[in-house]
Amino acid sequence: MNDLFIILKQELVLTVIIFLLLTLKIGKERSNMAWLNLVNVLLAINFLGGFFFPQTGVLFSGMYHTSDLIILEKNILNLGTLIISMQSYNWLKDHKHVVEFYILLLSTLLGMFFMISAGNLLMLYLGLELSTIPLAAIANFDLEKRKSSEAAMKLIISSAFSSGMLLFGISLVYGTTGAISFEGIAAAVNGQPLQIFAFILLLAGFGFKISAVPFHLWTADVYEGAPVAVTSYLSVISKGAILFVLVPVLYTVFKPLAGNWYNMLFLLSVVTIIIGNLFAIRQDNFKRFLAFSSIAQVGFILVGITGSSQAGSSSVVYFVLIYIFSNLAAFGVVSFVSATTGRERISDYRGFHKTNPVLAWVLAIGLFSLAGVPPTAGFFGKFFLLLAGAGKGNYVLVTIAALNMIISLYYYLRIVKAIFMDANEQPIEPLTVPAFPKLALYICIAGIVFTGFVTYVHEYIQSLGTAF
Amino acid sequence: MNLHLLILLPLLTATAILFTRNLKQARTISLAGSILQLVLAFVLLAAYWQERATGNTAPMLFESSYAWFPALHINYHIGVDGISIAMILLTAFVVVAGVLVSWNVEKMSREFFFLLAFLALGAYGFFLSLDIFTMFFFLEISVIPKFLLIGIWGSGKKEYSAMKLALMLMGGSALVFVGLAGLYFNTSVNGGSYTFDLMQIAQLNIPVEVQKLFFPFAFLGFGIFTALFPFHTWVPDGHASAPTAASMFLAGISMKLGGYGALRVATFLMPDGAAAWSWVIILLATIAIIYGAFATMMQTDLKYINAYSSVSHVGFVLLGIGMLTHTAIVGAVLQMVSHGLMTALFFAAIGMIYGRTHTREVAQLGGLLKVMPFISTVFVIAGLSSLGLPGFSGFVAEMTVFMGSWQNPDPWYRLATILAIASIVVTAVYILRATGKAIMGPAMHSDHQLGDAAWNEKLAAALLIIGILAIGIAPFWLNDLVQPGVTLIMSKFQP
Repeated sequence: MNDLFIILKQELVLTVIIFLLLTLKIGKERSNMAWLNLVNVLLAINFLGGFFFPQTGVLFSGMYHTSDLIILEKNILNLGTLIISMQSYNWLKDHKHVVEFYILLLSTLLGMFFMISAGNLLMLYLGLELSTIPLAAIANFDLEKRKSSEAAMKLIISSAFSSGMLLFGISLVYGTTGAISFEGIAAAVNGQPLQIFAFILLLAGFGFKISAVPFHLWTADVYEGAPVAVTSYLSVISKGAILFVLVPVLYTVFKPLAGNWYNMLFLLSVVTIIIGNLFAIRQDNFKRFLAFSSIAQVGFILVGITGSSQAGSSSVVYFVLIYIFSNLAAFGVVSFVSATTGRERISDYRGFHKTNPVLAWVLAIGLFSLAGVPPTAGFFGKFFLLLAGAGKGNYVLVTIAALNMIISLYYYLRIVKAIFMDANEQPIEPLTVPAFPKLALYICIAGIVFTGFVTYVHEYIQSLGTAF
Repeated sequence: MNLHLLILLPLLTATAILFTRNLKQARTISLAGSILQLVLAFVLLAAYWQERATGNTAPMLFESSYAWFPALHINYHIGVDGISIAMILLTAFVVVAGVLVSWNVEKMSREFFFLLAFLALGAYGFFLSLDIFTMFFFLEISVIPKFLLIGIWGSGKKEYSAMKLALMLMGGSALVFVGLAGLYFNTSVNGGSYTFDLMQIAQLNIPVEVQKLFFPFAFLGFGIFTALFPFHTWVPDGHASAPTAASMFLAGISMKLGGYGALRVATFLMPDGAAAWSWVIILLATIAIIYGAFATMMQTDLKYINAYSSVSHVGFVLLGIGMLTHTAIVGAVLQMVSHGLMTALFFAAIGMIYGRTHTREVAQLGGLLKVMPFISTVFVIAGLSSLGLPGFSGFVAEMTVFMGSWQNPDPWYRLATILAIASIVVTAVYILRATGKAIMGPAMHSDHQLGDAAWNEKLAAALLIIGILAIGIAPFWLNDLVQPGVTLIMSKFQP
């Protein structure tokens, strides 16, 4: 019984926070500031609490399991959520439904936790649904904006569609193997055509969630319409969580089909990188731009996954950690500027350095890290992904990916050019950043600057990696 | 001798510059930092001589290594031999001179000096690295500072040039990456673990097919940094648009990163690949030398003249490497150092002229010798060194390359050597023509109060001229310095 509480610790803490918020909401009126302070403290406790009493184990006859790697992954997601929460301070401080926002947000996080810990396709599906449905609700949280409702609608429809495919795949897997637990499936998969078909459906379902090309069409519209906080949550946390679960599904559950899925991933990653890159070049809306750049980043992550090795799985976790820092440094600035001035176009950022030098450098460092140039952490992340991809000896894939770094550098530098070099008659006025967003940006920058040089981080993640 | 100092010092300088408030503080700290680096470089040279005098014949000295990503056998591993010391000395000279000529950068001065210090950090780190991952890290570190330096402080079509340079160098890095990854996954031939360690890989027998496959990636990648034809197009635009200090840095040091990498990584680690592909290197290098020389003749802008002539002169480096004879490779290293000093001096002189006359068009300049005698003399010295007049470093380096190249008995290679030697005539034409018009010629600026070089500019020029003469008059010390390193590289080519 004691074990139950400790093993489920991270989920339970989150549930307690959700209920606490609900109960307090029923109680007396509080100002938005008070709520935001409270929630951010609770999230910080939630994040720090994840490091205490780590206990691994299996619960509910194999439906739920947790390991050191899974605990670490949940901590990473907690950290990302905390940063996003602090960054959305300016947006939420005048919002009418702060508490509802957090209840929905934390519910999706809870769903992701269960999804990562799933040892069974049903549990996986349950967690996935818990994580997507509230997400559609909060995508609609700019209540007055039509685009926001449109984004929510698109998100729920595409999520439902992808869930449908996933479910179809799951039912076919069950039909052909007679098992829904991961071990059972791994033992029974033998590569008969119907299983491959089922696997393709599953992969397509996952592809939708991580917005790999050709399943990416919803991404840009949803990212553009949703509030920036939700956009960054979608691009970092929800993508990260799906990637965390995709790796063990591919590496252990469908290991017997490795020959098949390797080629599929090869194709998916090449197409994803190229399409994401080419579309990112043409964007002027910052959120759409980050949407396409995040598609390209997923392509690079898929290259790492094709590595099918311990280096492959650990490079994914390492990259997601770094990606959280880099993407949230960029998104944090965009989110803050959008909340205070309402300007979201890249051309608005011309001359940004003249008026807001510090924010400009934060944004630039975030973009450098996304582009993967040293000494930022993004360099190490990309390097290990591509190195893992090269481990299989597929140098065609690695060369394509490496050369695509040129295109991605181009569009990131295009923004750097706008910030530092272009003149603007109406630049964004000088802004003062409140404490919470500032702290969040500092955390991101510290992460970008130091992650690559703290040997321990990579060492620890690598030691937890699942071998193939 | 603690080599970490050479990396820590620029890092500290850069960090300290971040906390300065105005131009005065920023430039003082930069100058202090870069002078300390120069002193350190000389201390390193002395320590190296002392080690060698006491009979230490280890290929690399002052090594130290720390695990960086132990799971992947990636180490932060540094050490030096004579070749690296020569390059470090070059870097130290150019950095001090670069800081001195940027003495009055008013615009965002803190960021400017920070980025300069960061470039220096990348160069020192690159020349010190004995682990290819460390090396790659330091190679790529310089891309963004270059982009910002050209784009923010440059002139002309600076955004275009900055973007072109950044993207082409990134392309170079991408190719180098593929080469390194291919090498890395073939280092377990003897059943050991994968490694990025330069000296360990050098002792392995990498299969010949692997070398043949990945040598072009590595060499081409580094070659882009060295303006290998046809990937030289970033050089003229980048150099011409960059602010003076950045031009000096780009031509003086950054292009040498590529040459050093092509020698130390591509050629040293994949000798069979180098032997198999050497005809391509020679072909491209010869084209670069001749095409660069003729393209220079057509230029009217002083910076473009020097940039295109850099393409031609760096071609000698690649020619020397491609010939794969001991003397030619010694010549290639000498040429890297010599060209670095000479071209930095040239760009410094052009920057000084431009700062006063606000034009770089040869047609609009004339009779500068009467108006600014010091700067004109500097320009002439740089020009004479560039066309290889005995007594200056250019003569020594080019002569060694040609002598070494002739030792390769292949008739086609000899033809390439003859063509390369013939290009010197073209060099003389464009250098003398520009000098004749701009420096001698009828005076066109006598009515202006232009003024001669200030103390900082004089110091910068003097420093570089001392370097050029030290090699030109007494080349033996540099020659002795690089010999053991080249012998080590050539040992891979013994049958």
